Amino acid sequence: MTAYIVRRLFAVVPVMAVVALFVFFLLRFAPGDPAAIIAGDDATTEAIAAVRAKLGLDRPMAEQFAVWVWGLARGDLGVSIFSNLPVTRLIAQRLEPTLALTLSTLFVAVALAIPIGVVAAWKARKLVDRLVMGFAVLGFAMPGFVLAYVLIYFFAVQWQLLPVQGYVPIAEGLWPFAQSLILPSVALGITYMALIARITRASMLEVLQQDYIRTANAKGLATDRVLLLHALKNAAVPIVTVIGIGIALLISGVVITETVFNIPGLGRLTVDAVLKRDYPIVQGLILVFAAAKVLVNLMIDISYAFLDPRIRY
Amino acid sequence: MVRGLVALVALLLPFSAMAQEKVLRAVMHADVRVIDPVWTTQTIANIHGALVYDTLFGNDADLKPQPQMVGKYEISPDRLNYSFTLRDGLKFHDGSPVTTKDVIASLRRWGAKDGVGQRLMGYVAEMKAVDDKTFTMTLKEPYGMVLESLGKSGSSIAAIMREKEALTDPQTQVKESIGSGPYVFAKDQWVPGSKAVYLKNKDYQPRSEPPSSFAGGKIPGVDRIELVWISDSQTAMSALVNGEIDFFENPSTDFLPILEKAKGVKLLKTGKIDSTQGMIRLNHLHPPFDNIKARQAMYYLINQEDFLRAIVGDPKYYKVCPGLLTCGGPYENDGGTQWMKEYNPKKALQLLKEAGYKGEPITVLAATDHNTITPATQVLIQAMREAGINVDVQSMDWGSVVTRRASKNPPSQGGWNIFVTTSGGVGSANPVLHTWIGAACDKGLFGWPCDPEVEKLRNAFGMAASEDERKKIAKELQARAMDDVVFLPFGQWDTPLAYRADRIQGIVPNTGLAVLWGITKK
Repeated sequence: MTAYIVRRLFAVVPVMAVVALFVFFLLRFAPGDPAAIIAGDDATTEAIAAVRAKLGLDRPMAEQFAVWVWGLARGDLGVSIFSNLPVTRLIAQRLEPTLALTLSTLFVAVALAIPIGVVAAWKARKLVDRLVMGFAVLGFAMPGFVLAYVLIYFFAVQWQLLPVQGYVPIAEGLWPFAQSLILPSVALGITYMALIARITRASMLEVLQQDYIRTANAKGLATDRVLLLHALKNAAVPIVTVIGIGIALLISGVVITETVFNIPGLGRLTVDAVLKRDYPIVQGLILVFAAAKVLVNLMIDISYAFLDPRIRY
Repeated sequence: MVRGLVALVALLLPFSAMAQEKVLRAVMHADVRVIDPVWTTQTIANIHGALVYDTLFGNDADLKPQPQMVGKYEISPDRLNYSFTLRDGLKFHDGSPVTTKDVIASLRRWGAKDGVGQRLMGYVAEMKAVDDKTFTMTLKEPYGMVLESLGKSGSSIAAIMREKEALTDPQTQVKESIGSGPYVFAKDQWVPGSKAVYLKNKDYQPRSEPPSSFAGGKIPGVDRIELVWISDSQTAMSALVNGEIDFFENPSTDFLPILEKAKGVKLLKTGKIDSTQGMIRLNHLHPPFDNIKARQAMYYLINQEDFLRAIVGDPKYYKVCPGLLTCGGPYENDGGTQWMKEYNPKKALQLLKEAGYKGEPITVLAATDHNTITPATQVLIQAMREAGINVDVQSMDWGSVVTRRASKNPPSQGGWNIFVTTSGGVGSANPVLHTWIGAACDKGLFGWPCDPEVEKLRNAFGMAASEDERKKIAKELQARAMDDVVFLPFGQWDTPLAYRADRIQGIVPNTGLAVLWGITKK
């Protein structure tokens, strides 16, 4: 197992190199020029050219790439073209809100979706099952941002139970922190919850038809023990896979959720940087997201060995 | 056990110290990303600049320049020599005194970068420090816009920085934002793209005159100003209604009816000329608009009501304005406005054909993500199609439009024929500050209109000794610029400010930039 993990960690290096290459050149070939945005509406062509030269954007692309890679090798992601602040600082500032939102969404979605999926499988083709599946279809069909506005309208504007927007760090109080995450987590988690509930139900249905489940029932074991200890454990591998895939979905989902709820996380940083063509930030963020995805995949793969003893690396 | 409970309660409650502070939470039209108001012309950088830095002069509500950092000043009878003395007690936020060394270095940097500053410096023969508080400015010729230029609001204010920062290359952003203005920038609390924090400058010595826009006493009204950036307009509106923010600089016109009815919320129309002016810019370098007849043909495609209804909707927030200088401003006139009297697509096409147009595609840069420019461009495209013009619509985000419009290449090689933009009413009210009215050929703004007579009249306006003379020149200038079609105006509109009237007071209408320092909490 250790050798496998080490091998996988080494494999991260070429993956990140390819990501770095792609992100750098794709950004440079995309239309848009940060110098024109910085110079502003009243700037002449010459003024824009002067800003571009000062930022080094008029240098050959290969030279710009080499400078960036040399910085990366030293752990330096560069400096924002606009704010002049180090990209590492900007990412660090935004990490907490995104982590908090992602983890709370993950927690809410998994904690609700798995029991719902198990119950739906247990009561297959009955009213409960139909309700769960109906919820799952609705959860898939409704865009997250629409749900977000609906939630804001009722829970924040009409009933004034929760804030409309913003993020309160945990250091400023647990309740304000939790309050700022409830609506975004629900809005972001609903699709995810629907996905996990459906997969849990499908996977459980398959397992519940196995001989060993019939044997467990015949032995007179309590239903909850059969469902949770015998069935759910054996149905876990596809569920964990979907949770892993879902983390990638969450990363893209936070972009919209953070915008609607005005959470200063990595998603909003990404959108703002793309719109402003702040190349160093976009490059740094894509690398961070890629690394996160690779690590999550590795953790999921490792978890298989614990969930299913037949899997060996 | 008791300790545990106390710790839990402490964790559950927000910090009480924060609650005692008087905090103004404002959502502006953009986020503070650049802290150097000279390096960029972005309005938001200048709102930041107006909080942190002071200026020698400041425009009052009637746009008249009044002394701000300057205590007394003298102008020689021949209008060639100016002497300025700084008032007592001016200190930078690091505690160091403001001296004429700082002032001269700041003006030199601003004068090298900003269009209005460059024009002023073109007339300046010498700036010389007499002592730490007094300096002189000697002109080559009498220029009538010296004080107006030093006190300009809008883009690139003449911010006075420490000499250390002012010596930075004008093409490079300063690294520290330390001024002598009413608020101190809290750089350590700055989260670009989310929040910029300003703390009351306790050492600030405001002028004794009553405040009037950028003139008079700048008395800091709250302990802390947070410029919160909410990119989603609907979320910002809900946050204002819910009382999470106090001030919303530019609510979308779609939300104005909701805000008008919201409890505790009030709308305030911007200052009498701080409206937005819509402009259609033609590229004078390439066919068909290198031909004046083809440019003039485009006037017959402009029905301002069509544009304004699409952008704003409610007539109480817009007005038809056929001139190039802001309607309601001191130099509004009817010079050249006969061009805007008739909407006639057929005539437009006929004139275009007479100018040699044979149905070639005309490239329009169409922004897809701008709340006013996007609908305005769509109205223009529709009018062009109605006339039978072959329109090549290049849809892209605004960031790409600002890049592509800088290209002088032919439209088929990455250039363009037409783009739509807007300009602030304060700048557009004055022919010298209104850079889009210029026709300085290669040295001018995108579209590169080229008419030495227009430039001559702009210079003459700057040199004029009396207000009557200025008005006369403004009319001649507008007529000439409209004949040459430096741009096609498509109307003027207001974006009201929205604020919580039950929580804050002291809001004043904008005159080029939002004035935040005088706002107090109830």
